[in-house]
Amino acid sequence: MLVPSVLAKPLDFAPLALIEHFARRIFDRVLKVHPDLFERLGDYRSKRFCFSPSDLPLHFVVIPEGRVVEVSRGIRQPTADAVISGPLFILLALLEGRCDGDALFFSRDLMVTGDIEAMLALRNALDDSVIDLAADLGGMTGPLAPLVISTARYIRSRALRGKAL
Amino acid sequence: MELICPAGTPAAFKEAVDAGADAVYCGFRDETNARNFPGLNFSREELGQSIVYAKARNVQTFVALNTFMRAGCESLWHKAADDAVRLGASALILADFGLMAYVAETYPQQRLHVSVQASASNREAIRFLVDAFGARRVVLPRILTVQDIARLTRQIDCEVEVFAFGGLCVMAEGRCSLSSYATGKSPNMNGVCSPASHVKYRQEGAEMTSELGDYTINRYGPGEAAGYPTLCKGRFSVGEESGYAFEDPVSLDVMDHLDALRDAGVSALKIEGRQRGKAYVAEVVATLKKSLTADASGRAALISRLRLMSEGQRTTSGAFEKRWR
Repeated sequence: MLVPSVLAKPLDFAPLALIEHFARRIFDRVLKVHPDLFERLGDYRSKRFCFSPSDLPLHFVVIPEGRVVEVSRGIRQPTADAVISGPLFILLALLEGRCDGDALFFSRDLMVTGDIEAMLALRNALDDSVIDLAADLGGMTGPLAPLVISTARYIRSRALRGKAL
Repeated sequence: MELICPAGTPAAFKEAVDAGADAVYCGFRDETNARNFPGLNFSREELGQSIVYAKARNVQTFVALNTFMRAGCESLWHKAADDAVRLGASALILADFGLMAYVAETYPQQRLHVSVQASASNREAIRFLVDAFGARRVVLPRILTVQDIARLTRQIDCEVEVFAFGGLCVMAEGRCSLSSYATGKSPNMNGVCSPASHVKYRQEGAEMTSELGDYTINRYGPGEAAGYPTLCKGRFSVGEESGYAFEDPVSLDVMDHLDALRDAGVSALKIEGRQRGKAYVAEVVATLKKSLTADASGRAALISRLRLMSEGQRTTSGAFEKRWR
């Protein structure tokens, strides 16, 4: 499932600083809950990883070691060691290990360029980390946590319905 | 028949156990095993914890030490065997005769399995490994028909394990030099076939090009299902023709032959895929577990779903049902 254009379109105009702030908060939360991610990532933790959702006008560059998150907009991908692109919900499912990266590559849902070794290390580290973004998001929302978690899980199950892993 | 399941990470190991594996196979995070990929495999501590988890659920753990020892560096493999035994591995999966000798002499009670990488595919070779090293099980190369396997099992005194589902090699395990030719690294010595450090993908419009070392090995058209970036699954120009010269990008699936394999005396079915994610492991293990007790018609429906997760999104029974001879 692609992000509906009615939701993607406002991101053409939304302030990048705001999006970056939100993305960094999620990233910090994930690293706090899953510190083991770094250990499995090894030397690749200093690489610049770019995530380019094909259904959003945004690119997210992450450097795990420095806890850096940069968000940019436009057709041109930012400079990065390794780039992965595909629909947003597929990228999020891969981040959580709910989908198999090889299967998504075989079906051409994903495209990977640049340093394949670094991207493979990240994929394997994420796959072992048992990340639940819905729970992590809920952990940031205080008393609204139950509502946020159940809503996020509902959206996730709808988005991945019928997808072979 | 036992179901032997892959795990590249502790999370995948747990999924395999929970999904119904009889045994899980895995390796250490170094060149002692043939899936030495970045971010994959187990530290000593992780293996110890995983073995405890498996034992509590009556599931065995097989540790793959199935690369060939480098001259002068044998201690790396010896230490890996020492640690796997100490941590309580149910069996060691070995390919190198020297390492088999070390394990047989140092740990005579340790169960020893012959890796597919040893390419033991005939009565004499297997009998030698049983006599010399006390091998209790042999994992057969994917070059034999079901009839060949049936003949063989009657002539040897050890259990037989065959690959049932997953990635398909070029049928020369332990002897294949294609990866070495293109990259200088091989699954046999370094534990990596077509290492990711030598792989590049390029998107050119709707086409995707894959490269290994200095070689362009494939171009996939818009929407065309892709395969692994290995030379054996590259497209070649041979004479007037272009196409897959060694083998198509396709995965193995011999679940249609389950009953015949059981009748042939096969003890265990192996699922390939330590490099795959935990979602794949959970899905494939659970599906194959159900298939083992389903009738033939129900089995086909169960397995069809797995095809979409396979290389090239297609499967074959390969040499098990050899039609080209």
